Formats: sequence, structure tokens, C-alpha cells
Amino acid sequence: MIAIIKYNAGNIQSVQNALNNLGYESVITDDKATILAADKVIFPGVGEASSAMKYLKERKLDEVICSITQPFLGICLGLQLMCKSSEEGQTECLGIFDTPVKLFPPKEKVPHMGWNNCTELQGPLFENVELEEDVYYVHSYYAEVCENTIATCDYINPFSAAFNKDNFYATQFHPEKSADVGMKILKNFLKL
Amino acid sequence: MLKKRIIPCLDIKDGRTVKGINFVDIKDAGDPIELAKKYVLEGADELVFLDITATIENRKTLIDLVKKVAQEINIPFTVGGGINSVEDVRQIIKAGADKVSVNSSAVKRPTLIKEIAQEFGGQCVVVAIDTKFENNEWKVFVHGGRTATPLKTVNWAKEVEALGAGEILLTSMNNDGTKSGFALDITQQVSEAVNIPIIASGGAGKMEHFKDVFEKTGATGALAASIFHYGEIPIPQLKDYLKTQKIAIR
Repeated sequence: MIAIIKYNAGNIQSVQNALNNLGYESVITDDKATILAADKVIFPGVGEASSAMKYLKERKLDEVICSITQPFLGICLGLQLMCKSSEEGQTECLGIFDTPVKLFPPKEKVPHMGWNNCTELQGPLFENVELEEDVYYVHSYYAEVCENTIATCDYINPFSAAFNKDNFYATQFHPEKSADVGMKILKNFLKL
Repeated sequence: MLKKRIIPCLDIKDGRTVKGINFVDIKDAGDPIELAKKYVLEGADELVFLDITATIENRKTLIDLVKKVAQEINIPFTVGGGINSVEDVRQIIKAGADKVSVNSSAVKRPTLIKEIAQEFGGQCVVVAIDTKFENNEWKVFVHGGRTATPLKTVNWAKEVEALGAGEILLTSMNNDGTKSGFALDITQQVSEAVNIPIIASGGAGKMEHFKDVFEKTGATGALAASIFHYGEIPIPQLKDYLKTQKIAIR
């Protein structure tokens, strides 16, 4: 069973739909015991950082997330909340990845919305993924590149497209919305 | 590099796609799911579903359709038509849509944009602007283009950005249906005036029109309906052409 962490974020149904299509059962939940008992945990979401962190803290899900030892995948806002801090709402985040999340300077259109590539791919998440394949991004804030970065993207400036540290993985792009290549990345995570 | 988006638009009435569709290789041309799946396979970058009936009785039909679309396709899609409240948006997002588009309801009550952005994030609010060049200026029209408003297009675009919109879908009524190309001037004026992405719409008739709108304006997406539905310009052919023209395309 895959647990999809429920919080006050936007379209998380798509993650469950993608898992269904890949043949995996999942449950959307904010129940601590269910999350801790899952084989794998996905932390999806679009939304706003400070209200999302507030929601997690009120339910002590921040502590739950940090204590998870099974494979864990944050997506989009999920990735940003796993970083140290976010300029969005001046938010202290979970600190799993030791890097700040910043607002894109307005040198190009913001949000960064649409298909862009992923380079410098490392690790099992990107097995059989071609270098420079396009994936779908939609975000106005970005995580800086740090030692946990396993893929980068360049929009306005280089940023982390994906992270890995121990059992924790995260992607800034939406694999569940990235057509076939996204399904490949999700499958790679589910095989971990 | 961020790629330019090719976006087919499906008009929905009572849960079915409208506008004559002459694809031979799909079983039911009026079935939005079949059509959506075909576009995804062909390489569409996003899809827009516009409910043109948008009556209360049809809401449930639309929500059921959004659920099915979300189950079947794995690229982002926007749903528009008859969205008047945060509650309408909640139902559509919960059913699996990535974005909603608002048009007349946002002109009538601009704070709707802010309300949706605060609740679901600006990235999911597309403000559709129907514009027409009349008496030497571009003005905003509502109710499917039937009703004039005093709003100047560029000013309204700036206002929706300030209210938290994530994107603007700009349709030129002068160009729509003419197949003479996108309205490059107003598309560029709006693109320069705001820092959110612009999707150009109305007037696509040839592949060169897409090249023009991407080269001569700041639009990051281009939307069309009939040329895709009638198979006049197949999406794979369009994308191959744009690549040869050095446009950044997925």
C-alpha cells in the first residue's frame, strides 16, 4: 500500500490516478499510523508553503514525515516543504534537504509553467530516463542546487529538479503530469 | 529550455464534444475522453475543456467528465465554463483538473480570482480574456463575446495578474474563426504588460501562424480548436515543423 499524504493542497487526485494506472493501490490520508505502515509514501501538492506547513504542524505530520524510513517522494510543493526554508510566506520547512527555496526573480515569465528538461540525472529514480527529456513544471519558487541534488533544470537560473537523501526523494516537476517519462520516473520510485 | 506549449481546446456540451469532428481513427468522435487520449498520444502539451452549456443541471455531468479525464490522461488540463465561486473550483480540482479558467465571472467580481488563488494557489487560476479591437482600442468582452465591457484589455490583464492569476488565455475575437493568424499585436502588448504566462488563442489556420506567435510575441502557449478537431493540422506535424523552425518544442 502506498500512502499519499493529504493536506490542504490542490490536485492530489492525479497522483492516485497515476498509481492506479501503474497497478498500485494507494490511500490518500493524514493518519499517522496509516502513513507509517505504508510501503511507500508520496507527499504531493501544489499550494502555498506557509499554510501547508501550518496544516502539517497542527497534525504533527511534520514529525511523522521526518521519522519515515521507507521510500518517500515529495512532489512540487512537497519538494519545497522538504527543504530548509521557503521565501513563500517566510516559512521554516522540514529541513530534510539543506537548501533554501527562493522566489524566481522576474526576468522571465513566472510561474515557470510548462515542459522543460532535466539534466545531470543521478540515481535509480532516473533509470532508463533519457537525458534532457521534458517533464512538466509549474512553480514560482525554486530550490537551490545542493549536495542532495540529483537532477537540475535551468530557468532564469539553475535549480534543483530533483533531490535524494537516504530514503527521501523529491521532484520539482510533476511526474504524474509528465506523460510517459513521468510514469517511468514514478515506476522507478515504486520499485525502490 | 522551457518549451512552447501546443494546446487543443475541446468545447463540451452536455458531456460531449461539439464542433464537427472528422477523425476516422477514433470510435466516438463526440466522446471527449477518446479525443483527449488521442491528443495526448499525438503530443499535445496541455488540454483545455470548455463547458459551453455550464448550467446547474450540467454541473454533475461536467464533474463526472473531469473525473474520467483525470483517470485517463497524464498531462495537465484546464476546465472552464460557468465557474462562479471557490466551491465550483473545489469540485473541479477535487475531480482531478489541474487548473480552472474564469472569464465573465471574474469581470463581474474580480476578487473571485484572489479567492481562488488564495485557496488553491495562483498556478491553478487561468483568466480567459476575450478581446475585440473596436474604435481603435482593444476592449474586453464577456458572455462568450456577446457583451462589451468598458475594460481595456491591457489594463484588465494587469489587474488579473495583481489579483493572483497564474496565467492568461487571450482570445482575439477579431481573429477567432478567420484562420488568418493570431492577433500578434495585442498578444505582445499583454505579454509585455504582465509577467505571467500568456496563451494566445484565436485565428490559427496554418502552421506558420504558430511560428509567428511564438517568434513575434511573448506567448508561451498557443491554443486552437477546429484545426486540430478537423485534422487540418495534425499536432505531430505541427510540432515537427516548429522544431525545424528552431522553436523550442517538446
